Amino acid sequence: MENRQITLLKGTVFIAALAPAAQLAWRAGHNALGANPVETLTHATGDWTFNFLLLTLAITPLRAITGQHWLLRLRRMLGLFTFFYGTLHFLAFTGFDHAFDLGEMMRDVLKRPFVTVGFAAFVLMIPLAATSFNAAIRWLGGRRWQELHRSVYGIAILACVHYFWLVKITAIQWPLLYTAAVVALLGWRARERMRRYQPRGALRPAPKVQPIRFIR
Amino acid sequence: MIRQKAMLIRAASAIPSSEITNPALYADRRRFLLASAAGALAGGLGLPAIAAPRGEALADVRKSAWTVEEKLTPYESATTYNNFYEFGPDKDDPAKQAHRLKVRPWSVVVEGEVAKPRTFAIEDILKLAPLEERVYRFRCVEGWSMVVPWIGFSLSELARRVEPTSNAKFVEFISLADREQMPYVRVPLLDWPYSEGLRIDEAMHPLTLLAVGLYGEVLPKQNGAPLRLIVPWKYGFKSAKSIVKIRFVREMPRSAWMKSAPQEYGFYSNVNPEVPHPRWSQAQERRLGEFGKRKTLPFNGYAEQVAALYAGMDLRKNY
Repeated sequence: MENRQITLLKGTVFIAALAPAAQLAWRAGHNALGANPVETLTHATGDWTFNFLLLTLAITPLRAITGQHWLLRLRRMLGLFTFFYGTLHFLAFTGFDHAFDLGEMMRDVLKRPFVTVGFAAFVLMIPLAATSFNAAIRWLGGRRWQELHRSVYGIAILACVHYFWLVKITAIQWPLLYTAAVVALLGWRARERMRRYQPRGALRPAPKVQPIRFIR
Repeated sequence: MIRQKAMLIRAASAIPSSEITNPALYADRRRFLLASAAGALAGGLGLPAIAAPRGEALADVRKSAWTVEEKLTPYESATTYNNFYEFGPDKDDPAKQAHRLKVRPWSVVVEGEVAKPRTFAIEDILKLAPLEERVYRFRCVEGWSMVVPWIGFSLSELARRVEPTSNAKFVEFISLADREQMPYVRVPLLDWPYSEGLRIDEAMHPLTLLAVGLYGEVLPKQNGAPLRLIVPWKYGFKSAKSIVKIRFVREMPRSAWMKSAPQEYGFYSNVNPEVPHPRWSQAQERRLGEFGKRKTLPFNGYAEQVAALYAGMDLRKNY
């Protein structure tokens, strides 16, 4: 894919990724968030954080399986949208549940285990978002940058725990589905890794993957 | 504020109806009544459209002394934001799916430790005792709450007619579980049929309501038609919906939620800001439609009426 096409694609994805936030803002402005608007906002921003997290994690396997290497060029933006929706989710929680009272919020973080786990996932996203620009990659060095950004796997696991821990048994299908997706995406990585470290004889030809170009 | 703190139960006659109800809503209700009476003519009069099709109005309903002086939750919210897992796991599922429920014919078996076991047709229950409108707070274990004008009469009215014996220490309520009408009964989310229980003194307490309606009309299907329980000082799940059987029993029954998660849902489940759910606090609640949270009141604000039932009990242990 040419650079021009990539730019166009990125623009399209950017607009599409903003659509859920725009839709929520519109509904908020038109008093159309349902009987429990705060819950609607909190759940919707939480769902979209998880959706973007899954999309971000899907890039590498999709690229390897399809050989469509341009997919990688979308990953940073998807990761940043995960952080964007995570921030909205966090703000909905601090703003509506605690009227931005940070002391009160921290007490809640410690008191409710599912909040503790969600908060930990959010905090872990901050260094990833903060080092998502090219200069940071250069400054950290590709290898260290990559190691830091592997914490996204931990974030995904925390997100699953957060979800399981907050629902009643009657809504268990949602955390189950999301966790199945996380297991698939992380499981694919584990399998690739094991395959790569197997003795030569057992090795299948390594998948052809173009070198990652972090810096243009 | 005074409204939030004070538990106000007064004789209804002492309170002008404008004080206890949302005037706009009541105006709407009148318009609705007019609209149904005038039929198609109402449209011609340019009356505002009613968002949800409203149910049949209940006649001869008297105001009850059991009424809290708080702003009513809008009808739309109370009838579209429901937990009724037989119809699906999400809050809007019951409103979408409950049309499948057939509420006629309907009968309720009342049996067990009673002198006169009997099967009531729903028509008989509706005529069993004078219908009262009671505005109760309703607090869900999930941390949200509403204020709803229920219509019905005290469960004790029905109990009295079957004459519970001295062996009747508890009462068990069993909801309908019909795969044909209730799509999620096929899914083992809970041990169907849904069941709940009360201690006999709780069941006989005048606040414990057998509800057949809300907002002046027949109970909508998603709210547990045609007959449900309302126990206002307990978390909402204690108030079983679409009841088909009431059993007076010797032993404490195990409710559907106790079977599902005994460490989270106890038999008593009284609203108690001091006793957190294992996974979240119960100190605060969000009234539907409000952005901030308000403090949860002990026994949902009905402590004056019911706290004596639990004198000497450890409410942390008996959650």
